[in-house]
Amino acid sequence: MSEPKPRPMLVIGAGIAGITAALEAAEAGREVVLVEREASVGGRVLRTHHYFPKLCPPSCGMEINTRRLERNPRITVLTATTVAGANRTTGGWSVTLNHAPAYVNSRCTACGECQAVCPAKVADPFNLGMCQVPAIRLPHPNAWPKRFVLDRSACPADCRACVDACRYGAIDLAATPTTSTLEVSAIVVATGWQPYPLDKLPELGGGVLSDVISNVQMERLAAASGPTGGKILRPSDGKAPTRVAFVQCAGSRDVNHLPYCSGVCCLASLKQAMYVKEQLPEAEVTIYYIDRRTPGRNEDFLLKAAGMAGVRLVKGKVGKVVQGENSQLALTVEDAEAGQLLHDRADLVVLATGMMPNLATIPLPLELCRDTDAFVLDDSKGRIFAAGVARRPEDVAATVRDATGAAAKALAAGRGV
Amino acid sequence: MERIGTFICTGCGIGEALDVEALAGVARELQCATCTTHPALCSPEGVALVREAVAAGTIDGALLVACSPRAKMAEFTFDADKVAVERVAVREQVVWSHPPKDEDTQMLAEDLLRMGHTRLAKTQFPKPFAETIERTVLVVGGGLAGMEAARAAAALGHPVVVVEATSALGGALAASRDALPEAPPFDSLHPNRIRDLVEEVSHHPAIRVVTNARLTRIAGQPGQFSVDVQTDTGAESFTVGAIVQATGARPYDAGKLAHLGYGQHPDVITSQQLEAMLASGTLRRPSDGQLPSRIAFVQCAGSRDPEHLPYCSAECCGTTLRQVAAIHRDFPSVETAVVYRDMRTPGQLERFYAAVQNHPKSFFTRGEVAAVGGNGRLSLTLKDSLLGNNVALEADLVVLAVGMVPNAADGEAIRALHDAQRRAQTGESETQREEARKLAEKLAAHEGTEILNLVYRQGPDLPALKYGFPDSHFICFPYETRRTGIYAAGAVHAPMDAAQAAEDGWGAAMKAVQCIEAISRGEAVHPRSGDRGIPDFFLQRCTQCKRCTEECPFGTLNEDEKGTPQLNPLRCRRCGICMGACPERIISFPDYSVDAVASMIKAMSVPEEFEEKPRILALMCENDALPALDAAALARKPWNPWVRVIPIRCLGSTNIVWIAEALSRGIDGVILIGCKYGDDYQCHYVRGSELAHTRLSNVQETLTRLALEPERIRVVELAHDEFDRIPQLFDEFASTLEELGPNPLKGF
Repeated sequence: MSEPKPRPMLVIGAGIAGITAALEAAEAGREVVLVEREASVGGRVLRTHHYFPKLCPPSCGMEINTRRLERNPRITVLTATTVAGANRTTGGWSVTLNHAPAYVNSRCTACGECQAVCPAKVADPFNLGMCQVPAIRLPHPNAWPKRFVLDRSACPADCRACVDACRYGAIDLAATPTTSTLEVSAIVVATGWQPYPLDKLPELGGGVLSDVISNVQMERLAAASGPTGGKILRPSDGKAPTRVAFVQCAGSRDVNHLPYCSGVCCLASLKQAMYVKEQLPEAEVTIYYIDRRTPGRNEDFLLKAAGMAGVRLVKGKVGKVVQGENSQLALTVEDAEAGQLLHDRADLVVLATGMMPNLATIPLPLELCRDTDAFVLDDSKGRIFAAGVARRPEDVAATVRDATGAAAKALAAGRGV
Repeated sequence: MERIGTFICTGCGIGEALDVEALAGVARELQCATCTTHPALCSPEGVALVREAVAAGTIDGALLVACSPRAKMAEFTFDADKVAVERVAVREQVVWSHPPKDEDTQMLAEDLLRMGHTRLAKTQFPKPFAETIERTVLVVGGGLAGMEAARAAAALGHPVVVVEATSALGGALAASRDALPEAPPFDSLHPNRIRDLVEEVSHHPAIRVVTNARLTRIAGQPGQFSVDVQTDTGAESFTVGAIVQATGARPYDAGKLAHLGYGQHPDVITSQQLEAMLASGTLRRPSDGQLPSRIAFVQCAGSRDPEHLPYCSAECCGTTLRQVAAIHRDFPSVETAVVYRDMRTPGQLERFYAAVQNHPKSFFTRGEVAAVGGNGRLSLTLKDSLLGNNVALEADLVVLAVGMVPNAADGEAIRALHDAQRRAQTGESETQREEARKLAEKLAAHEGTEILNLVYRQGPDLPALKYGFPDSHFICFPYETRRTGIYAAGAVHAPMDAAQAAEDGWGAAMKAVQCIEAISRGEAVHPRSGDRGIPDFFLQRCTQCKRCTEECPFGTLNEDEKGTPQLNPLRCRRCGICMGACPERIISFPDYSVDAVASMIKAMSVPEEFEEKPRILALMCENDALPALDAAALARKPWNPWVRVIPIRCLGSTNIVWIAEALSRGIDGVILIGCKYGDDYQCHYVRGSELAHTRLSNVQETLTRLALEPERIRVVELAHDEFDRIPQLFDEFASTLEELGPNPLKGF
């Protein structure tokens, strides 16, 4: 009699943390199930134009990672899947999974004929709602699995245009949600983060003024696959800005918002200042900060950005952003050093909002140890381990290290099961 | 492969755009075992056709003329021991990017089919792999990161040996009483649990600890490293499968910080000296033995400073906060003042910073310390501070939060030093000897710095990236050092604090265990994880030129006394850079070789009439450039129909014979598209695209001598997301070639 197959490790969330945890365990010969609520993997990193400090595209590393996912026989990737429930068992967990209706199934070739005939438009979730896309579409150019998705809620009544256009029988408008159960040895929670909502910062113009955007929106503006084809333009009038202001700690290190530091926003703003200067060399960029947090070798990046002509770093806390004259925005800044208020104006204001764990707003039916900000703490006895920003705010490099370690902890806890 | 089945998909517009019958005719001329068309080859029915042919033994090679190898991979994966698969991307590279029912489009598709067929015909199955693999993990360094790595590897079922240079485990944090908070509410000190860790590691049945030990030699390859250790009681040798280097960091030499008063005033000390006092429960000014009434902490002492350590050590702000909190707890009368440039307390450490800041005896100010002076009580002159410019801050004791220097050695620099020392003696001319002497002087600081003592041709330690930290793709793949099976952890890996170092130990152990498991299965590790092909060296024809041994980014090859390469296949990452380097073309992989690509170039049809049909060969990196090409096709961006693309593993695997072959065949130009290189390199094999640029500029010189225009070769850097540049790149190159006119060798 052959030995029973060992129970897999479950990884929840297929952003860079979850993908890393899953791959590192599977390449060590262990069985892994990786679940992702979106239709394709990659999470937040693929919505980032370039990484600091190399200014390289995240899709480059993701190319290697998706190839590793594809070729590894020990990983099962379940997209459009969420965890519906989990019960402790003697050997780990019994998990119930919800699978969203597969309106587009694996017969899809990504040929695009359905998209050409689709009459409905939806706000593009990949581009953070900054543009409209057909209800049926490839989520983004590097989507993996390379399969179209359909926002069924946007379909006009009785419309079957896509079904009729598809030659491969890949579309089933009557698809229903399904559930499945799974016995797993241990769980890695890699549920990631969401940007702190702009509309919680109305005093800074967030959600009120159209030319006040968040740092994650700036990433999309700079990306060729973004709403403007990679051009940094003001949302209000589509013009290129000549003065850009970055507001650091917007809703961070603030007891009324996120009390902690997200650890990445300083570097993100410095990087985005470079995006602006690369496209618009004449633009004036000011970064208002409390502390310049560029740890480790990223100090070089701070010096590089701060040394660029037309880039200023000013220690001061921006208190107010309002509509000013000549369709510009007016900023009021507390200059702690001079003990006075400064006034500045800008065409575009970027709020460096922090990272809030997804678990702060999205429930996960799992007994988790969490801190008051909804970051997950390791639970060795419970065989649940956190990776990436589900665990603490951190950058991609730290997330990858962290997720590799989390894979080891989960495998160690689940051994012999 | 001998029995090739060609399967042509007519879906996704292929059937409408191409004369599929004519395409099938080309396959039949190539004497395929079978040639089948299907309206949707990736459908279960289409895949079944291939599967049945494999099961029946009709074919051992499947030529899938359909979509990109990056699409539908799950569907088109078959038993790799029974069938090799070659994908011809007519969907992306022909149908989506060129006008339908066009003569040039059809010629392109037929060429790609011929080229794919040729590659498949040259592909061999990987040879069965049988090596004895040792499962033990060696951990170098018994500090926090090393002990956590040891625990982790043991918990994953592997025996562990920890080699520690000092007499005891514990490392830099062994004596500390307190640790930073790691759990809610993150506002007070936690006990330092390192003593429990020392206990656990010391008594763990799967972990053996060797103290007072020095590594004198590590030879071999992953799975088979033979390790020699010297201790104060003798020498011992053992075998390990993989290595975690957790040698930690040491404080920057405060003796170099005289401008901050160190060595000038007895009451200026380092955070390490303060740590020792706090551990012993005493707090005394060195000058008079009195309890100080106010202590000033100077952050970034010698850090973020081009004269000293240019980087931020990422742990000193946390250490100072921990010490300030301990002082307020243990010595309630003492005031503390922290002078910082930027307080760096990421994540929940911000809460601890807020709590420490709120203590009534605590004071923080931004500022730069210009001078530390005074007799008796010290006075710090602060520039650019929140208090004003050039203000004085008085203190009885000054603590310098000095940065950390990795306990690392730069293997490549050590090798360069030794080479220079040798050349300084044996150089052929006085000029050469003089140059070598100068280089040796420049590298003198590396003398005697060896830690691992690897018997590697490229040097005895990990290659460094910057400031002594090991080279890796530190964003996406931070553990992937350039020595397979050797992983850095903790403060030697990158600047980090204690909590991160502990986690890093687990991560590095995961990689060490993974490496052992992967090579036990006969598979490569990152980035070609799962690849079972091993390079073959036909050494009878080797001329000992040493290019392969020098250029391998992973130090795979050693040399014998004559300079003949000695292959260590378990170190190999399968990039093919050695294959590109070899002038004798004696290096090949079962599924990737100089001959295979040269034969693909031969398989291209080259019309003799240039005016109508010039030809361009594009060698494109499969990791970044090829995905960009796919993205351009997905966006239906048309490109020049004269271009024929051959995907290659890495631009560094380009052998110049391919260029020679292309030009002698009458191909009008060759464009090579690879990853960005330089300090912020994107090449997954670190040096591949850079090496290709160097080699190709040499070739361009050769062309000039042969009266061929060097412009016929172009090398381009392209990032993964720059798909929108591709049509323009091809068009610009094509118009350059038009200006040059036909390749004069055409038709010969």
